[in-house]
Amino acid sequence: MKDYVIIGNSIAAVGCIEGIRKIDKDGSILVIGNENHFVYGRPLISYMLMGKTSLDKMNYRDENFYDVNKVETKLGVEVVSIDKDAKAVKLSTGDVIEYKKLMLATGSRPFLPPMKGIELVEKRTSFMSIDDALKLDKMISKDEDVLIIGAGLIGLKCVEGILDKVKSITVVDLANRVLPSILDEKGSELVKKYLESKGVKFILGESIGEFTSSTTATTTTGKELTFGTLVTAVGVKPNTSLLQDIGGKVNRGIVVDQNGKTSIDDIYAGGDCVESIDISCDTQRILAILPNAYFQGRSAGISMAGGDEPFDKAMPMNSIGFFDLHIITAGSYIGDKDVVLDDEDNYKVLFTKDNLLVGFILIGDVKRAGIYTNLIRNKTPLDTIDYSLIRTNPQLMAFSYKHRQEQLGRAH
Amino acid sequence: MAINFVEPLYEIVRDQTRCIKCRVCENQCANEVHRYDKDLKVMLSDETKCVNCHRCVALCPTHALKIVKSNNSFKENANWTQSSLLAIYQQAATGGVLLSSMGNPEPQPVYWDKILINASQVTNPPIDPLREPMETRTFLGAKPKDIERDENGEIKTKMPPQLELSTPIMFSAMSYGSISYNAHESLARAATELGILYNTGEGGLHEDFYKYGANTIVQVASGRFGVSKDFLSAGAAIEIKMGQGAKPGIGGHLPGQKVVADVSKTRMIPEGSDAISPAPHHDIYSIEDLRQLVFSLKEASDYKKPVIVKIAAVHNVAVIASGVARSGADIIAIDGFRGGTGAAPTRIRDNVGIPIELALAAVDKRLRDEGIRDNVSIVVGGSIRSSADVVKAIALGADACYIATGALVAMGCHLCRSCHLGRCNWGIATQRPDLTKRLNPEVGSQRLVNLIQAWTHEIKEMMGGMGINSIEALRGNRLMLRGIGLTEKELEILGIKHAGE
Amino acid sequence: MKRVYVNEKWCLGCRLCEYNCAFANSGMDDMVKALKDVEINPRIKVEKANGISFAVQCRHCKDPLCVKVCIAGALHLDEDGVIRINQDKCVGCHSCVMACPYGAIMPSGHGVMQKCELCLQNSSKEPACVKGCPNKAIVYEER
Repeated sequence: MKDYVIIGNSIAAVGCIEGIRKIDKDGSILVIGNENHFVYGRPLISYMLMGKTSLDKMNYRDENFYDVNKVETKLGVEVVSIDKDAKAVKLSTGDVIEYKKLMLATGSRPFLPPMKGIELVEKRTSFMSIDDALKLDKMISKDEDVLIIGAGLIGLKCVEGILDKVKSITVVDLANRVLPSILDEKGSELVKKYLESKGVKFILGESIGEFTSSTTATTTTGKELTFGTLVTAVGVKPNTSLLQDIGGKVNRGIVVDQNGKTSIDDIYAGGDCVESIDISCDTQRILAILPNAYFQGRSAGISMAGGDEPFDKAMPMNSIGFFDLHIITAGSYIGDKDVVLDDEDNYKVLFTKDNLLVGFILIGDVKRAGIYTNLIRNKTPLDTIDYSLIRTNPQLMAFSYKHRQEQLGRAH
Repeated sequence: MAINFVEPLYEIVRDQTRCIKCRVCENQCANEVHRYDKDLKVMLSDETKCVNCHRCVALCPTHALKIVKSNNSFKENANWTQSSLLAIYQQAATGGVLLSSMGNPEPQPVYWDKILINASQVTNPPIDPLREPMETRTFLGAKPKDIERDENGEIKTKMPPQLELSTPIMFSAMSYGSISYNAHESLARAATELGILYNTGEGGLHEDFYKYGANTIVQVASGRFGVSKDFLSAGAAIEIKMGQGAKPGIGGHLPGQKVVADVSKTRMIPEGSDAISPAPHHDIYSIEDLRQLVFSLKEASDYKKPVIVKIAAVHNVAVIASGVARSGADIIAIDGFRGGTGAAPTRIRDNVGIPIELALAAVDKRLRDEGIRDNVSIVVGGSIRSSADVVKAIALGADACYIATGALVAMGCHLCRSCHLGRCNWGIATQRPDLTKRLNPEVGSQRLVNLIQAWTHEIKEMMGGMGINSIEALRGNRLMLRGIGLTEKELEILGIKHAGE
Repeated sequence: MKRVYVNEKWCLGCRLCEYNCAFANSGMDDMVKALKDVEINPRIKVEKANGISFAVQCRHCKDPLCVKVCIAGALHLDEDGVIRINQDKCVGCHSCVMACPYGAIMPSGHGVMQKCELCLQNSSKEPACVKGCPNKAIVYEER
């Protein structure tokens, strides 16, 4: 019997552990993870490939994290089922472990739509985990032509990770622009042009019709492609089945309240497998981003240990860079669109609705973007600040003297 | 462009190896001397605008700047000096009266520097102020001639109101308007912390500073700016300003640009209007008239506060002081011709009045001779530059000293003598908000406290050396002084012997 | 915990704090050597407009968003209350820039992020911005 059992060993799990330990210093914690690695931030894998970090530096917390927090781990092990009545989980090893509180930090898995002939391709991988990245690293070389399916965040980060290590990269996506989930059309165009200037080829608005051999494919419009390695980065699917199987409420992701509670007693969830309420547009959706995973995990952990610190500030936000081009976006692209800057190297749009900043896209100059993020997070009425000033550059000058005193003049 | 006859007096020397182009010099210069040239990628300076205030020199983080006297010179002429030529060029161009600020910079004799202080040896041994008590406390006000007691031995004599100072130094009059709010606050806070007094000058008292009243002298001058019942009740003493050492015989002029909202409210005059104090008080044409004002003010303050009459040191100062001592005033303040000002006609500043040392000696002697020295205390000002000047002044007969220039210097003033331009880069003699904020009163007051504490310490050391353990015992003790390089006449006026005598 | 506070009433916008910061963190012993002809990357930022100026640097939040959003575990809130960045682990993803409500985390100029760490480990040993402020507008104190 464990006081706390956490399924998954990623960011939400760390949040959960730190949340539990904020309140309960001694309760037993067991983390079960199917990846045999120390906890790491998934977005690091592209940086690992490009040499900005390395396996030994990717640990998300200090090496003694589990010890200091008195956490027992079972890594490289799957949980196959939950028995909600017995309050126990069954492992792939056959072991059964009872819990008092259970946390599902199961994350998501790559989603691959059926593609004809894909089984012919020998050198192929998804791009989600350290193991994927290591696998990819072994496949590629300076002579390699790489085909990436998916021009979203994962696909393009993969581009950045390996561009200098391969001969060519072609990116195919059914969408007619890159990063459609976080950019508008102009932003997409700027990023696409930038990556094209680095030598990346894009085939957009069509998909692979058929893989004709291990190294060839034809697109839906009949373009012939030759490649050595294939990376599939079409999308991800939340891992919800453990809960679904026992009748827990699941939409696209697991449904939780703001304390991370699922519809089943003593079972909590957080991270990429859950839905949350996006405060920038008041809708419930999956926000599969690292910060939310941490916040949700922590809130759930606190709640599991008897505390109450709801996470009610969920919203999309992404910081992504390609070489020296940085992009920070947040919130929703609804309401009035204020294009502040649109030139060759910079693009900046703010979205306002009902006297609030609800979203922004910054490409190029991203300095102090957190000031904008904070406007969305705090739902700061724009008529209480100098919008004409803050729209040009994020700055505290745009706030009232009193507000600044409050913000800068006391300990936080 | 017309020929510019007025050539810059200084050169700004920038060590380009050291300059990191941080542009602090540029953003700190209200005279817009420095600028960054984007094309040349260097900092450039225009010395024609420089007033040599050293703000840039002091703030340059790599010490890349210095300001030196230009060796650009007219053909040498001991009579038609560079300054006399430049004055003519300036007046020929503008047709105006030459204006200057701060004290007389001309090389007139400084008698303090020609007076030496005694020390004890063998007999009447010196006192170590670190081991023995040393009294610097000073009481200002009229002193009774005798002490009368009743049959029970209780003192019957009624003591006139006194000011108690922890040390015989006060900050003399500088008006709010001529100096900034923050400079005033610095003075007020420092005086309070030190247990001495500061002086409002003739501009009234800002409502925020009423709380420092116990350490405030409120001044009534010919313009009567800001004078009200509340104002008169706010301070610990009231000073009637009859004259000022920097500009005896004329009034004052605060340019309208310095009369900003708060100043206008404090002075009770319209915003932006020039504040002009007339040369005379229009109700004072005799000692009798002065006496009326002295007693009006005493009446208004319930006879609880000493009244000070401040006069400039002029030729007949001894006689004038004698009159003042009979007017009912409790304290006479005498301001020597090296005293500072926020603005004065140059010719008056540099040519009218006499040195405070001679004036003090003459007044003290005259009042003693007439047996009325105890009617009043004497406070002297007009370029007291150090604790040694204070000791000499007291030995010559002063009860206490007034310092103003010294106080400004402590707060950062570099004596660029451009107060009248209103662009003081040190945030003192200006009302421009971006400049006044440069003087944080926390810093300003601390520096003033440091200065006065240091001087007090030195005064104690010097007194101890003379074997004297109180200001009381030093006052008028001219035997403790000797002149050096002075004529018989000068020695006679100063009432001291020559060194070696 | 002692923090750096800026009183905008006394801030002159002279930017000496930015230069003192850059120098203190340069690892060099001479300001000219450290800052001559370089574009400085200070960890304190002066905002200046319309006669108002103030400096902003890390507030060392007790509940820091930057630490929580860091994808690399490079930022941490240490036991002494100081938020530090391990530049060896930082990959320069700018997530902290995206999250910091004060805009107090900035690029170092060499691919990773940097932030105010109160000069406790550099050559200054105490906040250089505070030490060098000509008007005591920046103070280092407990509040």
